[in-house]
Amino acid sequence: MIWGVLQFPGSCDERDALNACQIADPTSESRLVWHEETDLSGIDGIVVPGGFSYGDYLRAGAIAQFSPAMTAVAEFAAAGGPVLGICNGFQVLCESGLLPGALLTNESTRFICRQGDLVVAEADSPFLAAFEPGQTISIPFKHQSGRFFAPPDLLEQIEANNQVAFRYAKGQNPNGSLNDIAGVTNETGNVLGLMPHPEHAVEPFGGSMDGVGIFRGPALAGAGA
Amino acid sequence: MIQARVLIRPKEGILDAQGKAVEGALPALGFDGIEHVRVGRIVELQAESADRLEELCEKLLANPLIEDFEIETVDE
Repeated sequence: MIWGVLQFPGSCDERDALNACQIADPTSESRLVWHEETDLSGIDGIVVPGGFSYGDYLRAGAIAQFSPAMTAVAEFAAAGGPVLGICNGFQVLCESGLLPGALLTNESTRFICRQGDLVVAEADSPFLAAFEPGQTISIPFKHQSGRFFAPPDLLEQIEANNQVAFRYAKGQNPNGSLNDIAGVTNETGNVLGLMPHPEHAVEPFGGSMDGVGIFRGPALAGAGA
Repeated sequence: MIQARVLIRPKEGILDAQGKAVEGALPALGFDGIEHVRVGRIVELQAESADRLEELCEKLLANPLIEDFEIETVDE
């Protein structure tokens, strides 16, 4: 599976994400995709990585939604291609309307950076193919604006459609996210955004390798654009 | 050109963590009796016409899910 990992000015986790793609599939030629690129031909899956795209000016992810690469990603997602947004990438996908909801400053206003537990929810998504619902995985939390918010009617719709992919484990909600939501999918499940960082949990020295499963999921599910 | 000022603020009912942090700092600075602090932002811009300012706000300057905005225009 060939992944394209977007790279905006201000991205900072794109190399870890690319590394995770290569660990998930060592034979593939996954590559970085510069934010001005619009040709995604040959790419089977997209990662919108963490960082501070365009300096996070205005709001986190607000400006990146208008980049040429994101226009191509929107078409890719509409065609059913798997798109994974991590942290800032989740914010970008919410801002661009590919995912529901918004990410607000953590309730504590503090930047958090620590290992934590996520519970895999019921969402029907290729990114969850390596996991069982209810399974707990250990993934680093690393963000300042990760408080998932949706107005009551939208939140109800997200829950009713089973679009929640991950929740923070009981007592571990680090930011005040509604319903402990750590990650959501679009209605068709091929777009996933999450605040915690699976790309930082792929090496034996990292304390957990649970993140690899997310990058293996789409190939296991036979998904691809 | 039109001179416009857009005022953007967190929607009523949404916890404004920034406002809360500012409010929390006030007693230590000797400001008592101040509450409900909310932090928004102002964007000033010049435009050839006001026609598309509303759209600009909805698409970029504000996120309508979490923020309200007001546009003030002044003819120059």
